[in-house]
Amino acid sequence: MAHDEVSGHDTAASDSSAVEVSRGTSTGTAVIASDVVNPGEPPHRHRITDTDPKEAKKAARSVYTLFYLSIAGSIFALAAYMAFPIEDGSINAIRLNTLFIGVGSALGLFGIGLGAVHWGKALMYDKEGIDERHPVQGTPETRARAVEIFDEADRESGFGRRTLIRNSLIGAIIAFPLPGLVLFRGLAPQDQDPVELLSHTMWKKGDRLTLDPSGIPVKASDVTIGSVFHIIPEGLNERHDKLEQKAKAAVLLMRLNPKDLNISEGREGWSYDGIVAYSKICTHVGCPVALYEQQTHHLLCPCHQSTFDVVNECEVIFGPAKRPLPQLPIEVDSEGYLVAQSDFHEPVGPSFWERT
Amino acid sequence: MSTTIEHSETTDASAPPVRKGGGFTGAAANYLDERTSISGVVKEFGRKIFPDHWSFMLGEVALYSFVVIILSGTFLTFFFQASMVETHYDGSWVPLKGVEMSAAMESALHISFDVRGGLLVRQIHHWAALLFIAAIGLHMLRVFFTGAFRKPRELNWMIGFTLFVLAMAEGFTGYSLPDDLLSGNGLRIIDGLIKGLPVIGTWTSFLLFGGEFPGTQIVGRFYTLHILLLPAILVAALALHLVFVVVHKHTQFAGAGRTEKNVIGYPILPVYAAKAGGFFFLVFGVIVLMASFFTINPIWNYGPYDPSPVSAGTQPDWYIGFADGALRLIPPGLEFVWLNHTWSFNIIIPVVALVLLLLLVAIYPFVEGWVTGDKREHHILDRPRNTPTRTAIGAAGVTFYAGLWAAASSDLVATHFQLSIEGVIHVVQAWVVLGPFLAYFVTKRVCIALMKKDREIVLHGYESGRIVRLPGGEYIEVHEQVDDYERWRLVDYEVYEPIMVRPNAQGKITGAARLRARMSNWFFEDRIAPAQQSELGQGGHGHDDTPGEIEGGKGH
Repeated sequence: MAHDEVSGHDTAASDSSAVEVSRGTSTGTAVIASDVVNPGEPPHRHRITDTDPKEAKKAARSVYTLFYLSIAGSIFALAAYMAFPIEDGSINAIRLNTLFIGVGSALGLFGIGLGAVHWGKALMYDKEGIDERHPVQGTPETRARAVEIFDEADRESGFGRRTLIRNSLIGAIIAFPLPGLVLFRGLAPQDQDPVELLSHTMWKKGDRLTLDPSGIPVKASDVTIGSVFHIIPEGLNERHDKLEQKAKAAVLLMRLNPKDLNISEGREGWSYDGIVAYSKICTHVGCPVALYEQQTHHLLCPCHQSTFDVVNECEVIFGPAKRPLPQLPIEVDSEGYLVAQSDFHEPVGPSFWERT
Repeated sequence: MSTTIEHSETTDASAPPVRKGGGFTGAAANYLDERTSISGVVKEFGRKIFPDHWSFMLGEVALYSFVVIILSGTFLTFFFQASMVETHYDGSWVPLKGVEMSAAMESALHISFDVRGGLLVRQIHHWAALLFIAAIGLHMLRVFFTGAFRKPRELNWMIGFTLFVLAMAEGFTGYSLPDDLLSGNGLRIIDGLIKGLPVIGTWTSFLLFGGEFPGTQIVGRFYTLHILLLPAILVAALALHLVFVVVHKHTQFAGAGRTEKNVIGYPILPVYAAKAGGFFFLVFGVIVLMASFFTINPIWNYGPYDPSPVSAGTQPDWYIGFADGALRLIPPGLEFVWLNHTWSFNIIIPVVALVLLLLLVAIYPFVEGWVTGDKREHHILDRPRNTPTRTAIGAAGVTFYAGLWAAASSDLVATHFQLSIEGVIHVVQAWVVLGPFLAYFVTKRVCIALMKKDREIVLHGYESGRIVRLPGGEYIEVHEQVDDYERWRLVDYEVYEPIMVRPNAQGKITGAARLRARMSNWFFEDRIAPAQQSELGQGGHGHDDTPGEIEGGKGH
């Protein structure tokens, strides 16, 4: 048997290449297989449980012990559910509850799993069986009949002949989902213009810089050299669209030695005695740029490590971001509080297609 | 069915009984069969043969962890509130008392701290999800490196690939549901990524989030995807995947008695039912044990989502790492304004690279089929060494993926090993660009060396470790011949002659034909033919078995 099959396997190989060649196309591959003969299945080796009744008995004992252990585990988990309440809210109670219900259930599962596998491997009849394979394709008769059915159906319906009917049907089938697709426009509000929204934040002239999250206004005198403050605009906490506004308006406030700052033309009045305010939203994909290195004056985005140099107006010195963090022009009001001079002069946060 | 299992030697008296009364089971079976003709199913599948190999269990692990995901996830849906309505936390977890958060986050905390066993189930769900995708990945590697994707299984590879993508989508949507700080930052990255896409970016982001990021819609929408749409498609694709496994019958490794026309192994009833069924409980048990001992996704430490704070060392779940890493590796400065629009190549390039990588994985069986020109069915698996080029391509792909993946932890690598973040990124950049080539060449050479070694063993036997002193004083190590069964395992493979350039029916040589011939040449270069019977005789030691007398030939 093995003998036949091996030669069959070889002829299959040479067959396919021969066929391909005779077709005159450039497909097909000649295959070299070994002509060593398949020795057939090795002789069956008995397990110790097959030959020694004592071992078989021992294996059987292991199997049912495992199943009993499983029952014990499940009951233990049930008991743990009752014995380890979590209602006092202590972290320890949660820990014990999770641990003991879990360990009990795991024992319940392992008992069944190990028992069943051991049963299958040590005790069940273990001679391997053989299934014959047949080509995946249908038999020639089946395939011929399938072709015939399609032909008949085509003749009877005129699907191939009545092209006008067929093509108009295809057109109709293409057209009918379109209204359904359009409905998905409703996923975003109809009355909002994304570009307009992305281009502005809630900062406006005179808005006080307040602490995130408390909303307490910050005086210029509170900001010592080397310090950094997380800032939100005054009134943010009262807004219903708080998170959407915060995702654009969050600001980092830092004070450096004024002599260290390289200020470009047109931005001379944007800072106040070394106090500068920059958007906290990364210009790469919008993570908060929350890590400030006081010594080097670098801002680092923890998501993708874009690094911005505060001394040089937050230009990018490393990482995937391209644009510098937008600067918020600030000044000091009559009471000594820091306020915004205006909104940012450019859209904050990640780049988008319509941004110029 | 053609299954044959001999009950020769060990058949005991109690073997097949001649239809007893049957009792309740018999009556119930009869009742069912009279209404469903289910006996046909039992006849067809009850004794279906599955071959044994440890690597075939990887797919099982994926399947079983999916079952665990469904079970634990269903439990979670009874408690989870997929709503972003603002509320103030008033549960047992003291540090967050009074903190403003969404209903989704509050209910996730409620499950963790106020439902007994709730944290356990949450952790089972999350660990099972991580295992699910890992098992799919390993299963795909097994299928790839053994050539199990070849005809007739190309379509099933595509279905499996779809499952892989769906599993990642399920993972990401599920990860985002608790609306905690970490997952919110993940969404923020997705939002920024989408906005960076040309033409469609801005509007896609608005449609997804229902307005400006983060909005109040995304959790509800992801919930629908996570528990309805994606699982429905996943279950359908999974069912189809398994149907194909049955239709094709499982592949098997080369071995004595195994041919392209049979499959040797144990029957579903009873051995596989016991082993595979038991294995489900083992996988479940391992997941439960992990969930009881190891915290996963401690959202109570992160707090609710807020666009302003972020913790250092943020990382996605492992399977999204390669995408996050791709974003990190892109060199600086790749963003331009052109034609009055912003072209974010720092987004476009990684996205295109990832899509290409996935696309290559998806269509690989068709590419290889075209290059080899092989149109035969294959049911005997390749040993990876016997297809050096494919194995080398796989190694290159794994190296590329691993580089992207490592980059997702670049900051943690830098802090743990006290390196500069720039240094780590530059090394990984070099790895991602050069590593695949290096991996390709090294793997290919190793495979060829292993093939040579196998050939050597077949022809001259293995080193027995027995040193013999000859009468002349010379010492030699005795080489022993391997037995017939082992030898068959080593020689049962094929080498292909590369496709030659041939003119088509019109007598023209097309560019495609040239490309194909060149690729075929590259794919099969340095091939090593399996040993032939005629060569075996020259091995020196001789072997007294002649093919006719091999015991396996007696038939079954």
